[in-house]
Amino acid sequence: MATVSITRRVEFSASHLYHNPAFSPEENRRVFGKCNNPHGHGHNYVLEVTVKGEPDPATGMVLDLKELKDILQKEIMDRMDHRFLNYEVPELSGQIPTCENIATVIWRLLEPRISRGRLARVRLYETPELFVDCYGEGESSANGGGKK
Amino acid sequence: MNLHLTRRYEFSASHRLHNPAFTDEENWRTYGKCNHPYGHGHNYVLEVAVSGPVDLATGMIANLTDLDSFVEHEVIEPFDHVYLNENVAAFRERVPTTENVCIEIYNRLRNFPSAKLERVRLEETSLNSFDYSGDSGEKQS
Repeated sequence: MATVSITRRVEFSASHLYHNPAFSPEENRRVFGKCNNPHGHGHNYVLEVTVKGEPDPATGMVLDLKELKDILQKEIMDRMDHRFLNYEVPELSGQIPTCENIATVIWRLLEPRISRGRLARVRLYETPELFVDCYGEGESSANGGGKK
Repeated sequence: MNLHLTRRYEFSASHRLHNPAFTDEENWRTYGKCNHPYGHGHNYVLEVAVSGPVDLATGMIANLTDLDSFVEHEVIEPFDHVYLNENVAAFRERVPTTENVCIEIYNRLRNFPSAKLERVRLEETSLNSFDYSGDSGEKQS
């Protein structure tokens, strides 16, 4: 049976701010620039979640999309949509909520919930010009590896 | 955690697909309207993907300011609003197909000091794009 990937896309809107309390105010401004504005700022994040597997011969599905939709609603939307990520998402507490760190948190929230197939990629767009792909701890599926 | 950070850029340039080793007929047969003598232009969209460990202090693979200024200096400045065949030395020797432009951009960006270059993707139009990940990774998408 062929292995196929299914991707579901959701959008959430949230605010964040980049600030490392171990840095001086000058260092924070130099490293994080306008992302260091103390009141934060927001984005419309676009999240694409890809699950890979063999379709179930009985249903023709890798994973029921309704099930994936419910998982995304409960684990991601309910947690992050219309929230200030630094203060309202405990999984990000103590971390700078960069796209890298948010994608990693999303991977860790979703991976144990996928009941059929396996989580292959989490792609998180902060803007149309910037996105992060997370492949978990395994090798990249983008170009056959080549990790630093 | 295996993470790739991708940033999207745009530049506008003109080019002409023409191989001086071919006859006029061969050039026309191979390149069609891309062989018109005065060239033509595109709004190229460039995606640059880098990877590496996430710095615990900053939460970043690479500071976007560093990536932006590197890409600006190495690619956008020399490629934006120019005629690639004449204004970029590499394309005096090589036909500036999007394949070759993609490879040239990869080679210019491969020494980015803050993270590992994973992939360069170049859209010539919204209908065709090319990915290059180094010697073993050429493919059309």
